[in-house]
Amino acid sequence: MAMNREESDKLIQEVLAVYPEETGKQRAKHLMANDPELEKSNKCIVANKKALPGVMTQRGCAYAGSKGVVWGPVKDTVNISHGPIGCGQFSRAGRRNYVTGFSGINIFGDMNFSSDFQEKDVVFGGDKKLDTLISEIDGLFPLAKGISIQSECPIGLIGDDIEAVAKKKAKEIGKTVVPVRCEGFRGVSQSLGHHVANDSLRDWVISKRDGKEPTFESTPYDVAITGDYNIGGDAWASRVLMEEIGLRVVAQWSGDGSLPEFESTPRVKLNLLHCYRSMNYISRHMEEKYGIPWLEYNFFGPTKIVESLRKIAARFDSTIQENAERVIAKYQPTMDAIIAKYRPRLEGKRVMLFVGGLRPRHIVGAYEDLGMEVIGAGYEFAHNDDYDRTFKELQDGALIYDDATSFELEAFAERLKPDLIGSGIKEKYVFHKMGIPFRQMHSWDYSGPYHGYDGFAIFARDMDMTVNNPCWKNVRAPWKPAVSEDEAAAA
Amino acid sequence: MPNVMLRNNDSGELVFYLAKKDQEEIVVSIEHSGPESWGGEMQLSDGTRFYLEPFDKPPKLPITVRVRRL
Ligand code: SF4
Repeated sequence: MAMNREESDKLIQEVLAVYPEETGKQRAKHLMANDPELEKSNKCIVANKKALPGVMTQRGCAYAGSKGVVWGPVKDTVNISHGPIGCGQFSRAGRRNYVTGFSGINIFGDMNFSSDFQEKDVVFGGDKKLDTLISEIDGLFPLAKGISIQSECPIGLIGDDIEAVAKKKAKEIGKTVVPVRCEGFRGVSQSLGHHVANDSLRDWVISKRDGKEPTFESTPYDVAITGDYNIGGDAWASRVLMEEIGLRVVAQWSGDGSLPEFESTPRVKLNLLHCYRSMNYISRHMEEKYGIPWLEYNFFGPTKIVESLRKIAARFDSTIQENAERVIAKYQPTMDAIIAKYRPRLEGKRVMLFVGGLRPRHIVGAYEDLGMEVIGAGYEFAHNDDYDRTFKELQDGALIYDDATSFELEAFAERLKPDLIGSGIKEKYVFHKMGIPFRQMHSWDYSGPYHGYDGFAIFARDMDMTVNNPCWKNVRAPWKPAVSEDEAAAA
Repeated sequence: MPNVMLRNNDSGELVFYLAKKDQEEIVVSIEHSGPESWGGEMQLSDGTRFYLEPFDKPPKLPITVRVRRL
């Protein structure tokens, strides 16, 4: 059972007691006990604020949000990490966003393109180098459809004019060249990088076909999937469901997506938004400029999938609605079988989550389908509108932690003793050493997809094989006495 | 004079979205909502009030406008 609100509040106070007074006061505003009745979060939790000096935060930078999250999965562009070599190298191909194609021919995300700044570039400016670099890329990879320039910190600091270079080179090579002002020091987390990247897509990509003859014939069922980065194949698992109910997916933003897809999106009838945090900006823009409504949906776990399919179908005619019912009925027996198999093994297990954009609220339903309960959830970089959407998904009294420090996470885990923690690679080994089963919920731990009906089967199996893995009984600090066989069996 | 986006949500309510702050609030009342004039003083669900220079006919939503905090 989760704690009730008083117990959660008490735990928060105890954990905060360790901090110096001022830090404790600031951090207190980021922690709360859930009340599902709440509609608005701005009175009860502070979000999207700079992390405090001295604590260990799990956040990334704006460059990570743009290069890694939004632009990285685009398959037909070369994304240049403009600046010193490290940022690009350490963010290369680590996200598990799948694409189809051949490296260097029509996909480029597995390579690191960098302008490799040296001292002289910082002193004299890097625009010339960027110019040469773009020509080189065009020569070496002539099939790339476009180039994006992902600014690292020094670019903004030395005041290079990458926009001018982009315009000049776009004309010269006849391709889309997008300057992105996502220098790492902007904003408080990767979240600003999402916004900057969305704005760059707005200004440099999707407007390109405005006023031109359409390149394809529209149907009343054209949709785009936005905010799905195809982690472990997620977007594909979602796409097949959309297609099964009769919709035509014109574009995937941006998992396995491409520039022509983006340019075609202004002609769709509905934008289906999975990750609200990272793509609400572009969805809002398309609603205003092209009159395309957007709809948030959730494809984690059968309960939410059914809800979402009905919600999506309701925006279309009766054919789609009937199709949706048929699809729901078709998969129901498979889902029932999965739940019948895994629920007895997972019933009542307690989960703590600390992830990014949408997952702390979106995956709750999938765990509940398996009889598990989420007793604590938090976001690295959420804003208040994310918390508005979180309260009703979580159970009463569940802990909510915004931008939790690693100390807080460990302290909560020690006290709550969850049966499973879902977070990222930075947290993984700490909790492994504490003997707590752990899944990476950013990259699905080398597994996936987790979206859609196909994904749920894998999700259920993965959770079972993690939680019920016999190894956890054997994790023991060397200075503690060994457990005897019967004790282990009893545990 | 913040820039805000006005749009209708799924249940048809008018929503006020302040991009800078990621703040989404329902507009609970708006001074002029008739066919001849649309805008004026707006009251949001969190109690704050804003002023929007009235349009001479209801605009097509969503729309980005400049408003003044009251
Ligand atoms: S903060 Fe700056 S230097 Fe560090 S990874 Fe981000 S862009 Fe690179």
